[in-house]
Amino acid sequence: MKSRASSVLRSFLTNLFIVVLGLGMLYPIVWLIAASFKESNAIFGDPSLIPKAFTLQNYAQGWKGIGIVGFGTFFKNSILICMLCVVANVIVCSLTAYAFGRLRFVGKGFWFAVMMLTLMLPTHVTTIPRYVIFRSFGWLDSFLPIVVPKFFATDAFFVFLLVQFIRGLPKELDESAVIDGCGKFRIYTRIILPLTMPALITTVLFTFLWTWDDFFNQLLYLNSPAKYTVPMGLRLFIDSSGISSWGPMFAMSVLSLVPSLILFFSLQKYFVEGIATTGIKG
Amino acid sequence: MKRGRQKAIHDNLSSYLFLAPWLVGFFVLTFYPMIYSLYLSFTQFNLLEPPRWIGLRNFFVMFVGNDQYPRDDRFINSLFVTLRFVFISVPIKLAFALVIALLMNQKLRLIPLYRTLYYIPTLLGGSVAIAVLWRRLFSGDGVVNAILHALFNVNPPAWISTPQYALSTLIILAVWQFGSPMIIFLAGLKQIPQEYYDASSVDGAGKIRQFFAVTMPCLSPIIFFNVVMQMISAFQSFTQAFIISGGQGGPLDSTMFYSLYLYMKGFGFSEMGYASAMAWVLLIIIAGLTALTFRVSGSLIHYGSGE
Repeated sequence: MKSRASSVLRSFLTNLFIVVLGLGMLYPIVWLIAASFKESNAIFGDPSLIPKAFTLQNYAQGWKGIGIVGFGTFFKNSILICMLCVVANVIVCSLTAYAFGRLRFVGKGFWFAVMMLTLMLPTHVTTIPRYVIFRSFGWLDSFLPIVVPKFFATDAFFVFLLVQFIRGLPKELDESAVIDGCGKFRIYTRIILPLTMPALITTVLFTFLWTWDDFFNQLLYLNSPAKYTVPMGLRLFIDSSGISSWGPMFAMSVLSLVPSLILFFSLQKYFVEGIATTGIKG
Repeated sequence: MKRGRQKAIHDNLSSYLFLAPWLVGFFVLTFYPMIYSLYLSFTQFNLLEPPRWIGLRNFFVMFVGNDQYPRDDRFINSLFVTLRFVFISVPIKLAFALVIALLMNQKLRLIPLYRTLYYIPTLLGGSVAIAVLWRRLFSGDGVVNAILHALFNVNPPAWISTPQYALSTLIILAVWQFGSPMIIFLAGLKQIPQEYYDASSVDGAGKIRQFFAVTMPCLSPIIFFNVVMQMISAFQSFTQAFIISGGQGGPLDSTMFYSLYLYMKGFGFSEMGYASAMAWVLLIIIAGLTALTFRVSGSLIHYGSGE
């Protein structure tokens, strides 16, 4: 009986510790949200989480953006880029993964090893030549350098994720489809794609998140404010840093986090599966 | 016989059709750029004039230098800043992830909730928004100092703008995002058969003994995997240092990450040949360290009998 009581106490203490630590970790984010509703001059060293004077002024001012381009444009650009990348990754990475996971062809082992090596390759090695190539295409200051590579399955990570998943699917299904006279493409659309849905959702999620947060490529390729994305828009605020711009900047920072949070909370299951099965970097 | 062969060829061709986008992408966007950047690393190239072959001079300037071509001390500095960042942030991050995963690996009902809670910093931490927030939190008149002052009545420095401390704010930011390795550890811990623990407690092993005799060996492949992945991504950190230092890697180059300096050289000073050489040095360092990790861990990793 005594040990029962002590185990209850222990589990209570463990829970308490985890919750307190977790809340401590979330403090900066909660503070950011609170600060976005504070008046600009009250933001600086104020650790409290409840605004003394609640204002929406920061949001109104921030949404207008800086100069002639408003934050609405940045959001529109970011969303457009993300959608295109998501579509590209879902189609092309799954095609590639189907080939590696199911089809038989000469040189498969070799190409698979090559694909896995590109997964470890630091992006810097290709950054400058790609820039030179895209420049010669006249693609600078457009979305093309960010979007087009995704249509060639350059995100090897998702190919790997989908291959792992497809290998786990029962082979009997496509074998019987072959007997029924289905071609490879029909097997891919009718059998593989529907069964791979969970991994495809994980692909959608992470493609969206990483593209949304990808600052480096946007910094490299987008030059005119009308083409800017949300992270680039936030950077504009830093450059014009005066006390008065902290409030609007925080307000827009909060807005920039909203899409990620919505996705995360609505599709949590796929997150955990995606990370646990492949071990996502980051 | 002939028909069989024809069918095999047809089979191969149609398979390669599925692989075609990736193959094209590999050759045009990865393989050719790699070769091209290797070539550029032996040249001087400012994008406007054609590349000019200068042999090993870029590498010479990085590591050796002489009177005519003085050594680029900012390069060496950026390398050391990055190494410090990697070797401090990765172990702390993984230790943290493991401790939290162990805590959560008990029969707690709220685990899904906790997992969510602890993953949020990882979800958001890579964004410009959080970097902006960090810059504010750790500034001289920021919240961190307000809290420290209220608790301990001290006057702490302006973390972001003091050379000795600026890098530590980036390390804290990196460690804060320990969610992914934590989830991977947690999944790994769940795979360890309960019988191992039962058997070892029959043998009289305590909790700590169990941790070293059962948990660590069983988890070693996962620890190794996390070390490699975290190391590779830490070497390439860019956004946070860029935003927090206002794109300058300051103060006094104390947050000048390797990739930040590479970007600055290539796209700020238009020294694309030099930047390409830097990219290849980075590739070699990462490959070397990964190989070393493989080597060292070869004897330490315990692979289960397999399923």
